[in-house]
Formats: sequence, C-alpha cells, structure tokens
Amino acid sequence: MIYDLVIIGSGPAGLSAGLYAARARINTLIIEKDSAGGQIATTDEVANYPGSIENATGPSLVQRMVDQAESFGAKMVSDTIESVDFSDKVKLVKGQKEEYKAKSVVIATGAVPRPIGCPGEKELVGRGVSYCATCDGAFFEDLEVFVMGGGDTAVEEAMYLTKFAKKVTIIHRRDELRAAKSIQEKAFKNDKIEFIWDSAITELKGDGLLESIKIKNLKTGEEREIFADEDDGTFGVFPFIGYLPATKLFDGIIDIEGGYIKTDEDMKTNVEGVFAAGDVRVKSLRQVVTATADGAIAAIQAEKYIEDNFN
Amino acid sequence: MIELTKDNFEEEVLNAEGTVLVDFWSPSCEPCKALMPRIHELEEKYSDKMKFASLDITKARRVAIGQKVLGLPVITIYKNGERVDSVVGDEATSKSVGELIERHC
Repeated sequence: MIYDLVIIGSGPAGLSAGLYAARARINTLIIEKDSAGGQIATTDEVANYPGSIENATGPSLVQRMVDQAESFGAKMVSDTIESVDFSDKVKLVKGQKEEYKAKSVVIATGAVPRPIGCPGEKELVGRGVSYCATCDGAFFEDLEVFVMGGGDTAVEEAMYLTKFAKKVTIIHRRDELRAAKSIQEKAFKNDKIEFIWDSAITELKGDGLLESIKIKNLKTGEEREIFADEDDGTFGVFPFIGYLPATKLFDGIIDIEGGYIKTDEDMKTNVEGVFAAGDVRVKSLRQVVTATADGAIAAIQAEKYIEDNFN
Repeated sequence: MIELTKDNFEEEVLNAEGTVLVDFWSPSCEPCKALMPRIHELEEKYSDKMKFASLDITKARRVAIGQKVLGLPVITIYKNGERVDSVVGDEATSKSVGELIERHC
C-alpha cells in the first residue's frame, strides 16, 4: 500500500499536517515514536497558543489535536524510523516495525533539549540532571534546584519548579533575561527564585546522585563549586538552553543548515515531494503556533504536489 | 505488573531472588505513561524470565531517591536485590527497554 502522505513526528506540526491532509481527503499516516505530542507534551502550561483554554496543559492540548486529526481520518501508528530513501518518486520510510511507502512526506521530527555538554552531565541524567520539569519536578520537593538558561522555557519551567523546590536559582550567561517581559515580571516577583548572572555550569559531580556543580562567571573567569545542602544530600539541575533538531536521519539526503532542515515558505525541502514543518526547520520562532501553521501549509502543499505528479 | 509501594518495595525488589524489572514513573510524566503499554507488552513476552513491577514515585519519593532515582523515566533491572542495569530519560524507548530485558534474560 502506498500512502498519499506519511508524516514523521506527532507534535503540533505533525498533528496539524495530519488534520489538514485528512480533511483534504488524502490518505494520511502519522508516525509517532513512543508517544504523541513532542516537546509540548511535557509542558505544564500553554498560555500563548491563541484560543487555548484556561489552564490548558501541554498533554491536554496534544490530546485534542490527536482526536481532531483522527476524527477526520488520519491514521496514527507507533514506530521508530530508522532510515529513509527519498531517491525515487515513491518515498520509503523504514521503521523498526514496518516499511512505509508514500507519495509525499512531511518531516516533523522536532527537536530535543540541548544538553550543557559539560563533564558529569551524561552520567547524572535521571540522578539529579533533568530536561523535563513536569516529569521530575516532584522529586525535588523541599530540595534546591538550579535552572540554566534565560529564555521563555527556562524561566517558565523555573516558576513551575517553585511548586516543589524550596529554592530555584536561575543561572544565565548574560546579565538580563531573554524571556518575554510578562514572564520575567512574574519571575522577579516570585520570592523562591534567585539569579546568578553572567555564569554557566561547567561541571556536574556526584557519586550516584548529583552532589555539586561548578559555576564559572563568564565575565571574570572566576570558578566556584556549589555543594548540596548536607541534610538534603542532593539537588537538581535543569538545563533549558535551547534545542537540538532531530535531523540525523536526513543527513546527506536533504539540505540541512546548522542542523535544521532548509525549506522555502511553502515548507518544501530541496527534495520534490518532501516537506518539513515545525521546530525541525530553519525559522526564527519555534512555538506551537508556528509549528501548527507550518503543518497546515505542508499538508496543503503535499496535496498539491500529489495532484500534479500522481494523477 | 506488581504495583510497588514504600511498604512492599523491600520485599518485592531488594529482598527478592532472581530478576526484577522496575518501571519508575509518575502520573505527570508523559513519556513514562507513553512507555507503559509497551512495557505491558514486554511483560507478556518475558514474564517467565523476570518479574515486572512499577513504582509511582509520587507515592514513594524517598524510596526512589534511595535507589538513586531522581528523574524519569527510569527502567531498572535488579538481580537478587542489586541494581545492575537501567535505561534513563530520553534513552528509555520501547526498543531500548526491549534490549535491556534481552541483556538480562
């Protein structure tokens, strides 16, 4: 069987593409890795998606997107894609479970949190280092937490973590935040949040659990070590310093710039019939609202491409 | 799947003979919940090779921290009460958990 459209990824971009494609009555398959939603599924509060209801959470928003796409006939399967072959007119998407054939493909694989890249980090993931506040916040009830970063995500997640932690310290490499002003205002008012400016984490240490971090002042070069409170024995570090696009599968197959997939404004990549949408592509604003817009455009362009090339 | 609590963790895991798989999770951990049905599938396949158990960390936070678990998801293999292997965080997928189980059959 050949699908009209196979969508790789089931975050907002993929689900929106699925919705638009299914409504256009083209035979659509959305492939999700282990779960639908992408990064937004681990976001506690989505306050900036137009029309999102009060107290909308990432998971609830995603669930509504899934239901909506499926209600119009988009099919979803769970599989991990291991390779793709875009060299023929009919594209091959090879999963761990099955091989999928498609007339067109939308790549909506998104991005994952960028690690700090300092010594000790990898060893301490799940042992005090976490990239998901909603997943792991509850561990840090009455413990101390350090958040690295200064953008929207870093500051919002820091505020979320104050629900659990006794103190949250934001470590940022500049002397002012990059987050939206409305978010900053809330953070400065929160008396559980403290700041360490002009600094970055350079090392994480601990035997079994995270016990200390080394922080370097980027202006003075001065380095110091912060140890966990002796009674606590441990604390948390949550880096929110940007993302790494999930484009490894497409290396050498489609045009990539700085890790992200290059598209035109119709979401077309350099390969005919292959489109990219959402955080995975080169763009200036990576938000749910821009991801869903990308998905809609990609689906409509895919429909057009199929009409022009297969009928 | 055995539901672990702070009361039975010692008996079912630390004092248990043989191999036990423990799925550390919490209701607010979406990746954990997404992984759960896959682990049930694996349980059906491997239930004669090891015991499958899960611990909701929100009900037993100290037990989890005692096991050096301070982030989710974590799927861990215990052999005769010793933590011998695990997959953690982003690396915990249906594939990697399958491989983890295979290593300890």
